[in-house]
Amino acid sequence: MTGRRSVDAAQGVHVRRYLTRKVITYILAFFVGATIDWGIPHLMPGNPVQLYLSKFQLQPGGYAALYKTMSEAFGTNLPLWDQYWHFWYGLVHGDLGVSIYDFPGRVTTLIFNAIPYTLALLVPAIVLSYVLGNRLGAAAARRKSLDNTVLPAGYIFQAIPYPWLALLLPFLFGEVWHVFPISGAYDETLLPAFSWTFISSLLYHWFLPFLTVFIVSLGGWAIGMRNLVIYELENDSSRYLRALGAKERVIRRYAYRSASLPQLSGLALALGVVIGGNIVTEIAFHYPGLGLLIYNAIEDEDYFLLQGIFIFIVVGVLLANFIIDLVYITVDPRTRLSMQGASS
Amino acid sequence: MSGTLSGSTAAESSGSGEPVAQVAGTVMPSVSAPVVVRRRGEFLYYAVHNRKVVFGLGLEVVFVLAAIFGPLISPWNTTEYFLPRQPPSGVHWLGTDYFGHDVFAQLVNGLRLSYLVGALGALCAALVGMALGFIAGYRGGLLDEVLQLLTNIMVMIPSLVLLVVIGAYLKTRGVVFEGVFIGLTTWPWVARAVRAQTFTLRSREFVDLARLSGKRATSIVVRDIAPNMASYLFLVVILLFGSAMLLAASYDFLGLGPTNGISLGTMMNQAMLWSALQLHLWWWFVPPGLVLTGMVAALLIANVGLDEVFNPKLREQ
Repeated sequence: MTGRRSVDAAQGVHVRRYLTRKVITYILAFFVGATIDWGIPHLMPGNPVQLYLSKFQLQPGGYAALYKTMSEAFGTNLPLWDQYWHFWYGLVHGDLGVSIYDFPGRVTTLIFNAIPYTLALLVPAIVLSYVLGNRLGAAAARRKSLDNTVLPAGYIFQAIPYPWLALLLPFLFGEVWHVFPISGAYDETLLPAFSWTFISSLLYHWFLPFLTVFIVSLGGWAIGMRNLVIYELENDSSRYLRALGAKERVIRRYAYRSASLPQLSGLALALGVVIGGNIVTEIAFHYPGLGLLIYNAIEDEDYFLLQGIFIFIVVGVLLANFIIDLVYITVDPRTRLSMQGASS
Repeated sequence: MSGTLSGSTAAESSGSGEPVAQVAGTVMPSVSAPVVVRRRGEFLYYAVHNRKVVFGLGLEVVFVLAAIFGPLISPWNTTEYFLPRQPPSGVHWLGTDYFGHDVFAQLVNGLRLSYLVGALGALCAALVGMALGFIAGYRGGLLDEVLQLLTNIMVMIPSLVLLVVIGAYLKTRGVVFEGVFIGLTTWPWVARAVRAQTFTLRSREFVDLARLSGKRATSIVVRDIAPNMASYLFLVVILLFGSAMLLAASYDFLGLGPTNGISLGTMMNQAMLWSALQLHLWWWFVPPGLVLTGMVAALLIANVGLDEVFNPKLREQ
């Protein structure tokens, strides 16, 4: 028993090292993200104050005076190192500045108002497309009739550019057939309330943008899973099971389980693209999430807002990666075994 | 940031980072086949007889020809003005847009730009990803740790938002900027995959032998390791090409693309901005998206077909 325990302890150390390494990566990624976010405006030709003042036609004297006051107000006259320090100070204290687009409004307030809408599109689209896509792909592997329909549909879904679907769906369902609304998150004549009318209006407006993000993601998961399951079914372990006389259903179930692992780490890799697609979709549908906020910020040259959104999306991706890490540990029996070792 | 296409094909998944070691036996067969010469003829035989390869590459050739010769056979160019908002007709094959520009002329010119950006993006991503993947996989040790950290960090930086922040300050952007930007943000998954493959090849006897013979590291990587994953690298480049074109379309749609010239994405951007949906100008935004879907789907189909060619396990039974 002592030998067994020492093995478990060794595994525990291994897992702890794995998690420590992950957390260090996350912290460093946040640091790099924040530094990029701060650095871009400072590395670009011209500075924000110059850019802002160039929008007005000013006399040289007035320009110089305004430039001086505004530089002092925004702190752009300080040495770079000081500005960097101030940026981190604000960031740690949750202060991302004041928005230009929604003037006295704070950047954080705007972002927090937009986040629920983004998550409402993103989370169901990612989870449902992942689950359904994997099931479809696994079912299609090495089954001729199903494969012949799932595979071509998968290729086409995967190849569709987000912006195109975000134009095509509202055109067909909104403008031609008049079955779904194509703009906004709820009926503009309604006030947000916890009532059936409002919630049904929310769902009604949510469906098309959700469908856009869902469809594009679906194909990739289906094809990926189909190919992985074929690999698994040709594996020695599957052959061995078959030789033992196991039912095909059982062999497939094991193949699906093994194939889930690379798919899960693929999910972490695909996050960035889905988020990008979500931004495109929100803009096309005027859906009031972070994507539309980005669009408005670009239109009004609201750099503080842009920088704030960037930080929030970096944090969101880090959190999502962390969740995927945790799921990976529960799904992969080897890591789970060593987790038990760590706790005993 | 990985493309829409990455992380989801068998070739990629079987070679992507950590999972490889955990899914027993999913090493690419091309890796276990150091005899390259004899196999070449065999590959060609299977490629010609694979319906997916023939269909995918055939369709892609049609689009490439359209990109090359389209602007030459188009009766109009993109700067001429005609009666605005005309539906497709014999004179204007795909109608005219809100301003009276010929849509067909824009489409074939946009095709060129999309291919150009896709090729540039794929090239940059492949170069950076392979270089870092080979170095990390072959050298190992501390350098590997650092490069892996860099890769993992890069994966988590949202490239679209990064481009938005850069775009806010960089007012004039060219095609080269967009291509290079896409390349510099999509390399991480290539680096991961190449590193994992190099790792499995590094301890093979023929690599040991090469090392014993006193060859330099670069020469071992280029002459001994890379050829054994050539088919895999080829598939990676195809996927990168497709995902770069899709990414470019998204960027262009948001007005973050090249500030000069028309691409398939900018056409859709213009259509959205000038209410093509409400005015029912479907011929303005349906063709660019349809063509792009076709271009990328053809690549994907060819890719999966080639995967079957290089990899006997996947072939239809």
